[in-house]
Amino acid sequence: MAIDIGQFVQTFFEESFEGLDVMEAGLLALEPGVTTDLEKINTIFRAAHSIKGGGGTFGFKDVTDFTHLMETLLDGMREGRLSVTSEAVDALLQSVDCLREMLIAARENIPVEPEQVRALRARLSRLLNQQPAQNRAENTPSPTVAPASAPQAAGWRIQFRPHPQLMHSGNDPVRMFRELTELGKLTVRADASRLPKLADLRPEDSYLSWELELSGDATRDAVAEVFAWVEGDCDLNIEPLAAEAAPGVRAEPAPPAAPPGAEAGPKTGEEGRQGELLLERRKGEDRRRGDRRVNVAASDSASIRVGIDKVDAVINLVGELVTTQSMLSALGEDFDMSRLDKLHEALDQLDRNTRDLQEHVMRIRMLPVSSVFSRFPRMVHDVSAKLGKQVELQINGEQTELDKTVIEKIGDPLVHLIRNSLDHGLEPPDERARAGKPETGVIRLDAYHKSGSIFIEVGDDGRGLNREALLRKGLQEGLLRPGEEYSDEQIYDLIFHPGLSTAKQVSDVSGRGVGMDVVRSNIQDVGGSIQIASHPGQGTRITISLPLTLAILDGQLVSVGEDCYIIPLLSIIESVQVRADAVNRVAGKGEVFRFRGQPLPILRLYELFDTEGAVSDLEQGLLVVVEADGRQVGLFVDDLEGQQQVSIKSLEKNFRQVSGVAGATILGDGRVGLILDISGLIRVNNVAL
Amino acid sequence: MATILVVDDSASMRQMVEFTLKEAGHQVMVAEDGQAALNVAKGASANLVITDVNMPNMDGITLIRELRTLPAYKFTPILTLTTESTTEKKMEGKDAGATGWIVKPFNPEKLLATVNKVLG
Repeated sequence: MAIDIGQFVQTFFEESFEGLDVMEAGLLALEPGVTTDLEKINTIFRAAHSIKGGGGTFGFKDVTDFTHLMETLLDGMREGRLSVTSEAVDALLQSVDCLREMLIAARENIPVEPEQVRALRARLSRLLNQQPAQNRAENTPSPTVAPASAPQAAGWRIQFRPHPQLMHSGNDPVRMFRELTELGKLTVRADASRLPKLADLRPEDSYLSWELELSGDATRDAVAEVFAWVEGDCDLNIEPLAAEAAPGVRAEPAPPAAPPGAEAGPKTGEEGRQGELLLERRKGEDRRRGDRRVNVAASDSASIRVGIDKVDAVINLVGELVTTQSMLSALGEDFDMSRLDKLHEALDQLDRNTRDLQEHVMRIRMLPVSSVFSRFPRMVHDVSAKLGKQVELQINGEQTELDKTVIEKIGDPLVHLIRNSLDHGLEPPDERARAGKPETGVIRLDAYHKSGSIFIEVGDDGRGLNREALLRKGLQEGLLRPGEEYSDEQIYDLIFHPGLSTAKQVSDVSGRGVGMDVVRSNIQDVGGSIQIASHPGQGTRITISLPLTLAILDGQLVSVGEDCYIIPLLSIIESVQVRADAVNRVAGKGEVFRFRGQPLPILRLYELFDTEGAVSDLEQGLLVVVEADGRQVGLFVDDLEGQQQVSIKSLEKNFRQVSGVAGATILGDGRVGLILDISGLIRVNNVAL
Repeated sequence: MATILVVDDSASMRQMVEFTLKEAGHQVMVAEDGQAALNVAKGASANLVITDVNMPNMDGITLIRELRTLPAYKFTPILTLTTESTTEKKMEGKDAGATGWIVKPFNPEKLLATVNKVLG
């Protein structure tokens, strides 16, 4: 029977990547010099072991060989033969990276850097050889092809004397004899002399022994293999039958080739063949070696792992929906006004079902942020070592769930923020000591759910932003006006301005100025916003707020002339009617009105979108005060319509990108409504105060 | 046709073994570690157990010892899935009461040949 194991290769890759994460986390948690972390080492070892086993089975020999070295090193640590040095941990961490590359290469069918692999292999071998004897033997993979002993024309005489407990392990002499008959013609002679009296006989024990004669050209190894499992549970003697065979034993014609499995022989051949088959299969998707990260992301987005409970919840809700639907059908068959209450009831239920179903379907796309956070311990470990800083990373709320698309987009911005904290935020140990702070700096990474949004905070207890330097730079670049008073928030906000960095020298960790503006725009792309708080000498905290999902939005419908626009509910602060005398025209800034003591710019939507038939008298319409990125404006609209959840359709895909518009949706009455992108609107219209 | 309990913490390995055995017409129960396997074993009997050695929660060696204390599994053949480098693991398995082993890496043919050998 030909069984295609190719279908399990994808699972192998998935679990291997998970295993690598486990190894990395485990290695980072190891304390060099301490060998008592037995369970930690065991966990790392198991992950390596699984990758090695799977690699062999699925035909990735280089993965198996490489993992074998790592596993041997880990085994040495586990058994206390090798010590857990920071050098060894470091080599293993790099090996984890290398192995990840190898697995990606295997999956995408692209070549790996042989130099890197060779160098790491050498490094691992060096570490292993510090404890020579035992390890070196394991280092060179033992030849898998057993030297074939010369076939014997006549066959073998086998004396087989089981120890009493042989059958306790589930072995059975009859099974072995049956296997021998596949190797040739077998003659069995039993010796019952050890059989006790019936009263003394323990049915679980073996009392018989046998003398067997196997004729044919089976090798000694093939015969020994049959008894391999009972080695130590019996006395066994295998000797060749004399060429002048005993009477009655004729040389038989050679039996068909030994069944697979009976021999440990031609293994390498089989493995090679499997490897070829797998290669053959992957040839179709022969991708050129390109940007690997992109490849990873692309293949990741193809599938999503969903907990069975989430799927069950959806199925359950569909069941309820079907019930409601049949209730409605029944009502519709002979409806009269007396049953109006029932109809309302059923429609309410439909409403509830739809909402629940929507919520649960959305949840399928949600992943815990731990999938992003998990890479940071390693990064902090590597970067802080490079910078000579002592850092403790505290992570909270990693089980908070976020939409998969959002998760994919926030990784890079978070990397940037954490690198900034490491590089610029936290001081070197001596500086911290001088400032009376503990030498080990703290970086906190928190995720939590609050009022319909997800918040992620990156905080450090470092030196804080340099307000004076930012102010100077802002004035120098003409972003701030001399002589005016600016709040801390306005000053700190400057770090998001393109091209502005106060770092005195460029480092390869976080660079100069490029970045924070990209961070902000990346966050805004997924409908989020970013805020900064800083205290000199105490640290900086950056708060990112993100929408729960990208596909559905709670919107406020507003009318402007004949058109309907949707304002994301989360960005609305209040809707107000203004009196004309509260509005001022400010040269160069357009119209402003006073809102809670603050002057706010007015954006007339009908002007922005060139809508006809709209209300133009400010007193006749409404100002919707909205906020994005800490800035507020009043959007002038004719009137408010209802609030509803709208599903976001991409304008870019169906038309083209329009600045200030996040997307479109189809309203209940069939009209198309544009969903406003508030931060985009503010940016485009440059309504800074 | 036999009922076989397959224990491995690696999903790909488990799926591969399960698929292969089912294709051959066997009934398969799976568990992802020793503890889970022991729970399965307490509720159902099997004609054969195939178990990985290195697993979290309860390793294969402990599982074998535990299984041998259950009357229904006292003589049930138990095979360990093991790699060649861990010769001592083979013997450790034997000492705990395993019947034999299947050396990794293996292919479906080799797996079935070994299973057939044990089941007869």
